[in-house]
Amino acid sequence: MNVGAYVDRHAQTLVGSIGRVADAPVAFLMTMTVIGIAVALPLCLFVFLQNARQAMAGWNDAFELSVYLTKSTTPTRTREVAAQIRSRDDVANVRVILAPQALAEFRRYSGFGDALDALQENPLPNTLVVTPTPAASTAAGTAALRRALRAVPDVDQVQLDTQWVQRLIAIVDLLRRVVWLAAGLLGLGVALIVGNTIRLDIQNRRAEIEVMKLVGASDGFARRPFLYSGFWYGFGGGALALLLVAVAVAWVSAPVSRLAHLYGSGFSLTGIGVEAGAVVLLSSSLLGWLGAWIAATQHIRAINPS
Amino acid sequence: MIHFDQVYKRYPSGREALAGVSFRIERGDLTFLTGHSGAGKSSILKLIALIERPTRGRVTVADRSTATIRPRAIPLFRRGIGVVFQDNKLLVDRPVADNVALPLIIAGVPRKEIDKRVRAALDQVGLLGKERNRPTELSAGEQQRVGIARAVVAKPPLLIADEPTGNLDPDLAVEIMRLFKRFSDVGVTIVIATHDVHLVDRFDARRIVLGDGRVAAETPR
Repeated sequence: MNVGAYVDRHAQTLVGSIGRVADAPVAFLMTMTVIGIAVALPLCLFVFLQNARQAMAGWNDAFELSVYLTKSTTPTRTREVAAQIRSRDDVANVRVILAPQALAEFRRYSGFGDALDALQENPLPNTLVVTPTPAASTAAGTAALRRALRAVPDVDQVQLDTQWVQRLIAIVDLLRRVVWLAAGLLGLGVALIVGNTIRLDIQNRRAEIEVMKLVGASDGFARRPFLYSGFWYGFGGGALALLLVAVAVAWVSAPVSRLAHLYGSGFSLTGIGVEAGAVVLLSSSLLGWLGAWIAATQHIRAINPS
Repeated sequence: MIHFDQVYKRYPSGREALAGVSFRIERGDLTFLTGHSGAGKSSILKLIALIERPTRGRVTVADRSTATIRPRAIPLFRRGIGVVFQDNKLLVDRPVADNVALPLIIAGVPRKEIDKRVRAALDQVGLLGKERNRPTELSAGEQQRVGIARAVVAKPPLLIADEPTGNLDPDLAVEIMRLFKRFSDVGVTIVIATHDVHLVDRFDARRIVLGDGRVAAETPR
């Protein structure tokens, strides 16, 4: 067989399989919708996490450590310690808040002004607010810095203000794995759904397959149209999933922007993007093809003319 | 062309369809396999087309022992055999032209060539102009002729037919047999299984009579 005839034949079956699909549009749409929803679920989670990571990207820069000095430290000594810390490679900035200043701030923001007046002396220590360099603004980097600062003389306590951000990031990292797990399981589901649909399709076309085999068709030849059907199921399901996610993103986009605005953030929701969308379409098409291949290979082999 | 040498066929059900059948069919022969139903006619055709394999003995088709043909090679082997069925086995949801084209599509013949050869085959069976019809729109005799066109379109050297006139009235049956005779005249080897002895009597052809899984009688040309 020459290459032209081979390509011709593939093109024919590819187009022919659309014809078959069009013969039973309701059944096709049902299967496609099931696949679409199965693909949309992990995709929604993916979009959510993608946006969460984006929203938290700015928070990484906000890592700060509060260094409380012992009560007896003098303002001069406080400035010396500040200078010592500032000279470190992993420190970007050190802000000095002396005790009276800290008290004033606390009075202003806490609303405990009257209660503070009842105290004999200022309960607040001299404080240094240390900002690590961007390179050191990681969980490991800040932890190391925290240990180093604790060892500095006259330092009483070091508090990581943004520990909760790190915890959140850890949760997001965990969720990312969950997304992959869900994607893997639902991908398997897609292959099985398509495989089962193709199996039924093959049962319905048993007579046709028998005749084809009798006039000399190989299993591969009889299988080909079913592979294309599987491809279309996957492609259609993937396209539907992208549509569903796009609608979902559009629907929650306005409230998210409003919420972000209330928090003083310019954050706005982003969709899947062209690249990820192409990956989704390609992988769901491939899964459809694969499911069809497994089902068709198995069931067509079992059909023999009698 | 075909050689059966002490062939036995026992089905998993235990029924012994063939019990030591031997005969030889030469290239270009027109041969009728006759005998009452259950005599083994269909089993012989199935062994020729490799739908079944012999339990014992040796079947040779086109100078090749079928025992040497592996499962993967069966499709290619079958492309050298045209098969006609009693119930024609046409695909009812495809037009006549697609049905006839099937063996050519499977063999990977270019599309332009396919159209030409499909029309030639339909012309040979007198159905030119029915390409776009569905098989169900045709009469029983016409449907059987579509089946024959499908069997001969790829120009196989061997044609086998299982009760091809079983569903047809006598006039149509004679017409279909004449059609086979014409293909035989141009050198195609043809084996037709039929229980219709009266029909066979009208043709000057070789006859192998089967009874109880054995060759009961053989009339040479």
